[in-house]
Amino acid sequence: MRRSRVAVAGLAALLAFGFAGCGDDNPGSGTASSGNAVTGPVTVFAAASLTESFTTIGERFERARPGTTVTFSFAGSSALATQINEGAPADVFASAAPTNMAAVTSAVSPTTFVRNQLVIAVAKGNPKGVTGLAGLTGADLKVALCAAAVPCGAAARTAIEAAGVKITPVTLEQDVKAALSKVKLGEVDAALVYRTDARAAAAEIDGIEFPESAQAMNDYPIAVLKEAPNPVAAQAFVDYVLAEGITVLTEAGFQAS
Amino acid sequence: MTLTERRTGTTARVPVPLLLPAVLGLIFLLLPLVGLLARTPWSTLPQRLAEPEVVAALRLSLLTSTLATLLCLAFGVPLAWLLARVEFPGRRVVRALITVPLVLPPVVGGIALLLALGRRGLVGSWLDSTFGITLPFTTAGVVVAEAFVALPFLVIAVEGALRGADTRYEEAASTLGATRWTAFTHVTLPLVAPGIAAGAVLCWARALGEFGATITFAGNFPGITQTMPLAVYQTMESGDLEGAVVLSLILLAVSVTILAALRDRWLTSS
Amino acid sequence: MTDALLDAHLVVRRGTFQLDVELRVGRGETVALLGPNGAGKTTALRSLAGLTPLSDGRLSLDDRVLDHPRGRVWTPPEDRPIGVVFQDYLLFPHLSARDNVAFGPRRHGVERRAAHAIADRWLDRVGLAEFGRRKPRGLSGGQAQRVALARALAVDPVLLLLDEPLAALDARTRLETRTELHRHLAAHPGATLLVTHDPLDALVLADRLVIVEHGRVVQEGDAATITARPRTDYVAQLVGLNLYRGHADGHSVDLAGGFTLTSTDSVHGDAYVAFPPAAVALHPHQPNGSPRNTWPAVLADIQRHGDNLRVRLDGPITVSADITPAAATQLDLRPGREIWVAVKATETRAYPAD
Repeated sequence: MRRSRVAVAGLAALLAFGFAGCGDDNPGSGTASSGNAVTGPVTVFAAASLTESFTTIGERFERARPGTTVTFSFAGSSALATQINEGAPADVFASAAPTNMAAVTSAVSPTTFVRNQLVIAVAKGNPKGVTGLAGLTGADLKVALCAAAVPCGAAARTAIEAAGVKITPVTLEQDVKAALSKVKLGEVDAALVYRTDARAAAAEIDGIEFPESAQAMNDYPIAVLKEAPNPVAAQAFVDYVLAEGITVLTEAGFQAS
Repeated sequence: MTLTERRTGTTARVPVPLLLPAVLGLIFLLLPLVGLLARTPWSTLPQRLAEPEVVAALRLSLLTSTLATLLCLAFGVPLAWLLARVEFPGRRVVRALITVPLVLPPVVGGIALLLALGRRGLVGSWLDSTFGITLPFTTAGVVVAEAFVALPFLVIAVEGALRGADTRYEEAASTLGATRWTAFTHVTLPLVAPGIAAGAVLCWARALGEFGATITFAGNFPGITQTMPLAVYQTMESGDLEGAVVLSLILLAVSVTILAALRDRWLTSS
Repeated sequence: MTDALLDAHLVVRRGTFQLDVELRVGRGETVALLGPNGAGKTTALRSLAGLTPLSDGRLSLDDRVLDHPRGRVWTPPEDRPIGVVFQDYLLFPHLSARDNVAFGPRRHGVERRAAHAIADRWLDRVGLAEFGRRKPRGLSGGQAQRVALARALAVDPVLLLLDEPLAALDARTRLETRTELHRHLAAHPGATLLVTHDPLDALVLADRLVIVEHGRVVQEGDAATITARPRTDYVAQLVGLNLYRGHADGHSVDLAGGFTLTSTDSVHGDAYVAFPPAAVALHPHQPNGSPRNTWPAVLADIQRHGDNLRVRLDGPITVSADITPAAATQLDLRPGREIWVAVKATETRAYPAD
């Protein structure tokens, strides 16, 4: 009897806690950042295509600024934007497209830090002999694109329009990594992905450059968020990305903006 | 608790240690739904329902989840029978393996399906080279993904019903000249029909809500593989949270209506 | 007995329990397999029906071997010409009474309409013509029992098996159903085996009794023989007799412990002595005169038995005695009371033990 009451009380507390969390708008409840000391945790929401580069940059930042710990949440830019707008406690948002950044109302003066462009990902050795977008129009060729709602999909649409070809994809993937994995698994013959993603997966696939990609250049903006729990360290991280971080990013295939 | 007490005061007699968690549990289940309803822009609802993409996704969802349920019935009922009625070595292992799709994150399930039934998959490559059949990116692929994830629900429900059913009815049937097969079709099946119906409903509901395995195995293309959950996700991805809420509610309303109608039709009749 | 329709030597081993009985039932004959709970009656019935395979032995019915482990012969239940009435009937709950009865004929290849005609005929014979459309849950216990009987008989079985056919019924219904069942069993041209623990069912319904205890046949014969000459405590209790085993030399039988009973029957060698509780007379003091068998005893227990009282008395031998309530009051009977017991030699029955 007593024990069940305790359990019930615990559950009630849990629910109440959940309600409080729902109620939201905790006004800059960060505690670690008093004064100008760069220390404490930094939470970075970053586009999935930044996974490899940002992980490296994060490690270097932690070494350069002892006392800081960087935590990443990598996902599709639009999903991240939704989460931030719903009150996720993030310090920094790095998006793969300006539109998603614009959707985040709390972003403080976003800066474009790199640009990315599309390549055609094909199986290793390019068995179907794809040389450009025109080679993707055949009915016997299965193509994966990103959905128009996500940045890589929007860029793909622009590039295809610029090339003046008609490509019928078999699937509209939710993010660039999903499109890439379909090529890796051999389920599709080609996919339009970012050059950086193609380079990261160079062991498994080949990336074919094509001229129209220049007209669908993707800008990556980064910004500190207004409700950042740790604004000082957040700004330090953004500064670090814009300076030392660029080398890591260009090595990964991004272009400096 | 005496009989008279049970007859007279029903709700008044429910012990508090049961009632309180029960109510909290109910609140816990319903609260997210209330959250959805609170955010629903009701005025745009009919307009959304008229959108061809939404109609196509809804139709596809209902079609594929129904086909997936039929597929699960065709394979799941015999499997449940085998597990419940036949002693064979490794039966416990098989029973544990059946729950794998329950434990596996659906996205991983989708990858696993690709590795098995994809164009380069273990069986898929043979299907492709021999029959020219490829499942990924087809409506059939959606059915397969949904059936994979939903099958355990059916098997577990039906196996439970079979274990609860009195096997002596089957013995009685055999003394009247019924073979094991006719005893199964004429006696066992009708006896466990309520259990099968319950399992089918669970299975259908799970298939209807399936997202991860579907998008991974079958991809996402409007009219062919984009079911309602995928459409909801894509709408949310495009930053249209309200739109996503509306689509979710449509899916919810349609499924609840269908289940309620079925319950009236044949769940209570037996 | 060579023309027995059923000729079976049933051996079933299950853990430490072993059933080993020989059964023969002739055409038109009804045999009751009688025994206490756990004696192996139901196991025997199941092995006959094919629901439990024999471990050893042999089962043949109408000159056809159905189960013979050593000869690697086994016939599944659906191929045996055997009908079974189960203890709780096991009527299929989803089928009407008529479809329950038609189930067997349908499985034997009878076309639907003909099967329904057969079912209607059988329901009529058991007096349930109007109940064909009822589902089992809409039938009373007695009606369900009759439907179960009709269902088992509708396939024209060579052997009809009944497992405690009346056990699930209340006392009143049992009385009516027993009489009716007797009529149907008498009309059944094949062999009938009835499993029961109720001696009255066995006596009324069967031509011959086979009594099993601990998986073995302890006695078999017609009702008169068994009631007159029980051979085990169980049987004696069943027929309501005091039974003792000892060594006889003419009219006196020496029991274990040096006690001797005298009978008017003359036997030599190992023997049983039996007498009914009503033959036991109780006296407050040692009686003098005619009765040869008298001994002092202590009243252990007293119970109502019909209109009379049945008392159990401890002493050199334990006996049950029936007395009237009036006599009990007169004798001031209560547990612990010391009293004299007398049994007339003419009331006892002595007979050889083997």
